[in-house]
Amino acid sequence: MGKNLIELKNLTKRYGDMTAVDSINLTIKENEFVTLLGPSGCGKTTTLRMIGGFEDPDEGQILFEGKLLNPIPAYKRNINTVFQRYALFTHMNVFENIAFGLRIKKIPKNEIERRVKRMLKLVDLEGFEKRNVDSLSGGQQQRVAIARALVNEPKVLLLDEPLGALDLKLRKEMQIELLDMQRSVGITFIYVTHDQEEALTMSDTVVVMNKGLIQQVGTPQDIYNEPLNRFVADFIGESNIIEAIMPEDYKVAFDDVVLDCVDKGFAKNEPVDIVIRPEDIRIVTNPDDGMIKGTVKSVIFKGVHYEMIIESDIREYMVHRTMMFPVGSYVGMNIQPCDIQVMKRGEPL
Amino acid sequence: MKKNLRVLSYPYTVWMAIFIVVPLFLILFYSLTKGDIHNISSLEFSLESYKKVLEPLYLKVIRDSFLLALVSTMICLVLGYPVALIIANTDHKYRNLLLMLFLVPMWMNFLLRTYAWMSLLSPNGLINRFLTMIGLPRLEIMPGKVAVLLGMVYNFLPFMVLPIYTVLSKIDKHVLEASSDLGGNRLVTFMKIILPLSIPGVVSGITMVFLPAVSTFVISGLLGGGKTPLIGDLIEQQFLFSRNWHFGSSLSIILMVMILISMAVMSRIDKNNQDEGGKAK
Repeated sequence: MGKNLIELKNLTKRYGDMTAVDSINLTIKENEFVTLLGPSGCGKTTTLRMIGGFEDPDEGQILFEGKLLNPIPAYKRNINTVFQRYALFTHMNVFENIAFGLRIKKIPKNEIERRVKRMLKLVDLEGFEKRNVDSLSGGQQQRVAIARALVNEPKVLLLDEPLGALDLKLRKEMQIELLDMQRSVGITFIYVTHDQEEALTMSDTVVVMNKGLIQQVGTPQDIYNEPLNRFVADFIGESNIIEAIMPEDYKVAFDDVVLDCVDKGFAKNEPVDIVIRPEDIRIVTNPDDGMIKGTVKSVIFKGVHYEMIIESDIREYMVHRTMMFPVGSYVGMNIQPCDIQVMKRGEPL
Repeated sequence: MKKNLRVLSYPYTVWMAIFIVVPLFLILFYSLTKGDIHNISSLEFSLESYKKVLEPLYLKVIRDSFLLALVSTMICLVLGYPVALIIANTDHKYRNLLLMLFLVPMWMNFLLRTYAWMSLLSPNGLINRFLTMIGLPRLEIMPGKVAVLLGMVYNFLPFMVLPIYTVLSKIDKHVLEASSDLGGNRLVTFMKIILPLSIPGVVSGITMVFLPAVSTFVISGLLGGGKTPLIGDLIEQQFLFSRNWHFGSSLSIILMVMILISMAVMSRIDKNNQDEGGKAK
């Protein structure tokens, strides 16, 4: 990954009293696949729209290759967008939709022909040139929207929940295809989604947002394994979040247990939140071999694993295991030190 | 369920049969006969009244009517499209207010509105009195074609604005953003996206203005002062004053056929436009 392509500096957008995006800073590199992830209303789409030029920031700067982008109108930006509901031109056929941007740039006819054909091949829609866009399925319309944007060879492609309207199976296929396309055309993708699995699957970098603020920026592995706060831990995947204290380095204490961990540098007895992923809790049949003892309260079959709720004297733990322990069994639970993620205490959820 | 619903349409079907279908056939019957209309036995088949329509005097009336209707429709389109565009682009909060301001004159009686124009435009009307006062030459357009045109445009403009506004306000905002995203400035976006997408509204606006304009008789009577009789005036005259129902009926039939033809042409244009998406350029 090369040099910085887009930099957001103290970017802010307000709607009346509501601050949609609250002074965020972010650097996006060339050829990076960046995902803005968060619940609806977290400011991710607003951020994307400001980069695209459809919203004016109230404060802050957007830099594109080091140059200020704010005063440049959308139609002059070397950035293209795939809209949430595709926004295809219904009065034009597939070919004309894709050729739209090229025609505006007054590119010679045979060149347009060649580039549109290449795009149709890339999105697997060869032979659809003369079809009316209304006659296409959701997945096909999506591909036209992607081709229409990519044919302009932008430096950056913005994608606003592009797979939201597709069914699960098609969505998974399109995720892989989009990723392939991004690798083959080699341009920066900025992708907005509220689907954490999608974000983890596709991104080089995930930007988790909530309430207009960036909560964490990192690789999918970082975000999943080392969430910085309760919000990120809770939003990404399933988790057991426990309020604990750190009596000393490499130790966390909660309820009546003290566990080893790999974190240090907190003050003595500092209150923290810890995250334990359900799949990181091992179950042993002899309760005395476990660090925590508990009774299985419920078992749900989830396909790949069983989701079990195990109740200790004080709290409930969610555990994912491929082996099932029947309801009512009294078991022990063990957690590896490296599977405990310690975070600064945040606001309660 | 379906059958029950169908029952609901019976009253209208009966109404239509008595007050629309039967009179239509009566008009057709009168237009194809001659004789004393009060004595049915004296009526006999004849194309005499259609022949009369072909006399130069009446052909001129028909031509004038079409020309005036066409010109007033065009003026309505040129004036109405920007208005519709402005209303459709206004913030939601003020849009309804603007639309209502525009429609309020329609709540007033049509005749009253036309009389108002009379008192404005007449030789001793408000406008002329004002012009004399500031020492400018008087405006001598009433009675005359220009006054009729003004009256028509004024009365029919809302019928142009409303359908266009409806279509424009339904255009997905994201489609316009997509156009600017792909490099289209405002002019390109208008010419390549907004205009083509609004054609159905333009077509129905043209139809809704042209039809009443071509058959109007009150406006031309009041503002034209009988100097340029239109086909509507002629028909009125035949039924109420000349008592030549046969000629009046044949004029009505001719007008109807012409309207049908122009509607067919318009719907053809509309359809072509919609099919365009399927064609490669």
